[in-house]
Amino acid sequence: MLEAGFFYLFAAMVIVGGMGVVLARNTMHSVMFLIFCFFNAAGLFFLLDAEFLGIILILIYVGAVMVLFMFVIMMLEVNQAKLKEGFLQYLPIGGMIALILLIEFIAASGSGVFHTDAIAAVGHFGKDVNNTVEIGKVLYTQYLLGFEIAAIILLVALVGSIVLTLRTRKDAKYQNISKQVNVRKEDRLRKVRM
Amino acid sequence: MRLIKHALKTWLLWELVKGLALTMRYFFKKSITVEYPEERTPLSPRFRGLHALRRYDSGEERCIACKLCEVICPALAIVIESEEREDGSRRTTRYDIDMTKCIYCGLCQEACPVDAIVETQHFEYASETREALYYTKEMLLEVGEQYEAQITANIKADAPYR
Amino acid sequence: MEWLDMAITAGIWALEILAIAVPVALTVAYTTYVERRVIGIMQIRKGCNRVGPFGLLQPLADGLKLFLKETIIPTNANKLLFVAAPVLALVPALVAFAVVPFGETRLFGIWDKEHVMAISHLNVGLLYILAISSLSIYGVLMAGWASNSKYALIGAVRATCQMISYEIAMGFALVCVLMLAGSMDLAVIVNAQAGGFWHWYIIPLFPMFLVYFISGCAESNRTPFDLVEGDAELVAGHIVEYSGMWFATFSLAEYGAMILISLLTSILFLGGWHAPIPALDFIPGTIWLLLKAAFFIFVFIWFRATFPRYRYDQMMRLGWKVFLPWTLAWIAVLGICTYAGELYEGLQFLSDAIGFYQPWRS
Repeated sequence: MLEAGFFYLFAAMVIVGGMGVVLARNTMHSVMFLIFCFFNAAGLFFLLDAEFLGIILILIYVGAVMVLFMFVIMMLEVNQAKLKEGFLQYLPIGGMIALILLIEFIAASGSGVFHTDAIAAVGHFGKDVNNTVEIGKVLYTQYLLGFEIAAIILLVALVGSIVLTLRTRKDAKYQNISKQVNVRKEDRLRKVRM
Repeated sequence: MRLIKHALKTWLLWELVKGLALTMRYFFKKSITVEYPEERTPLSPRFRGLHALRRYDSGEERCIACKLCEVICPALAIVIESEEREDGSRRTTRYDIDMTKCIYCGLCQEACPVDAIVETQHFEYASETREALYYTKEMLLEVGEQYEAQITANIKADAPYR
Repeated sequence: MEWLDMAITAGIWALEILAIAVPVALTVAYTTYVERRVIGIMQIRKGCNRVGPFGLLQPLADGLKLFLKETIIPTNANKLLFVAAPVLALVPALVAFAVVPFGETRLFGIWDKEHVMAISHLNVGLLYILAISSLSIYGVLMAGWASNSKYALIGAVRATCQMISYEIAMGFALVCVLMLAGSMDLAVIVNAQAGGFWHWYIIPLFPMFLVYFISGCAESNRTPFDLVEGDAELVAGHIVEYSGMWFATFSLAEYGAMILISLLTSILFLGGWHAPIPALDFIPGTIWLLLKAAFFIFVFIWFRATFPRYRYDQMMRLGWKVFLPWTLAWIAVLGICTYAGELYEGLQFLSDAIGFYQPWRS
């Protein structure tokens, strides 16, 4: 009973957070709402005994991705009033997308895939099964190829972004820290007999 | 060999350890703090604190209203008015020092031909109002009476160097 | 009866939380005192010794002063986030203590099994700590943005870069601990180090210990890395505009993080509540843990008394070009050593050496 209560609490908060992201006038507030949203989604994971996924959600999304989001938003000075000006003009197309999504959701939930009989019995394995170990085992055996491909794609993206943004300017007078750190007394200091 | 030594020093953070060792050595040194209200550092006889007007042993005030101190005062902190007294001697009727203006340079003391205005070693006369820092002739004479012994001793101690 | 049981459980939880939170708050207060005294002594001064015997009431006096001070909100500040920022900074620092195990107890023989003394005994405690400590950025970031001040913004941006950079090195250092202990449960990690100091992870993982502790300094914005609030160029960084109790909240968070890092370093690398030699086990484990943590708090203060502030680019270089490759290399080395015996018979001694620290393999 308590569990159902928490589920509805978290779910409601996720929806409130999601609404907040879209409706907040201040972009910074939007980001905060998104963080709030992620937190409650993590709460839902915890209710499903998927503590590893919940914490990873917080660690990656809240702890790293959202920080970078915020970083970018902090640097841009977004004029909110101007952004909101043509808000209504997108209503038809936006409404249509929302409607299609809604119909899809209803169709998906009505298809029987998510019916309680179709899903394995709800139970709590948290005490007996170590999520982290199990996920690790699956990831490094059954899904090894997909995992490695994802890793390589990420690596390529990483290297690519560095290559694209890296430029060495000849006229810039920056310090070479490694050189500075590696300086020894003997290189700089000369004893003079007076 | 030198390279190995260098690498070892880098990875073991040798320089940082050296710095830490230095502060640790100081951790065990005796502190040199003088805890002020209870302990005090010794003051030089030339210390320039609160001003005082002095009297002769007979009780006659030393100041002859020559106004040299007023003239030399770089902060214009001294105000003197003078009149002839009944016995014909030249005396001040007003001798005020504004301690908020005074910069404690000691030039009044140097200028005084009769050692009338001196600076004492007293320095704890802070107050909560500016008015209390405006010292009139009576107040200065009172300071002089209070610290006369100390003032004479200081002048005597400093005499060989003048 | 069900409700009664729930009420009792809730009551016990509340007591547990109080039993951790109150000592932590007190420790934070007295860490400021110890810091002032220790730095004073290292600078051959005396430090605060006026309020109460040996100045022991100084934290109370400071707290009272800060409570009574006016809190000012700048006109152009974003009021909501400006007020929320100190709370966002403090909450993660305190919430992280929920999984820190302070020892094992049978409660004077009432329980027949050893119970871990933690508010919540999570089996992903290590990950939880990582996640929560990565949240402490938000307080700084929000404070910097909401203050609407150049200095605060630059301070916040620096803090964010710094924390993100060092979190990675920190995370990889913890991965090494994981590879030895084979669990993310902090209690299991501690028990894997039972039986004397030669079982402690500081021995096989000495470089990781250094990386973790130094990254911890950077994470909690302590001195060699306090360029977030570098007073020479940024006045006070993200806390420029804060005054009174809100300002104090930020320092509470900073000292809270410092205590947390000290506790974690002793748990992960110095055997937690286990005595250095088994003969000393008659002293309760909690005391050992607190002693080790106290030593690291002292080291934090010692650092502050010794080292000048890092330059910003040097700090970034240390994080990305030194710590990150170093930790990655160590992970690879550990992994290879662990399975070296299976790859090549002659390297069995490596696996055996590492296996000594890996209870999950036997």
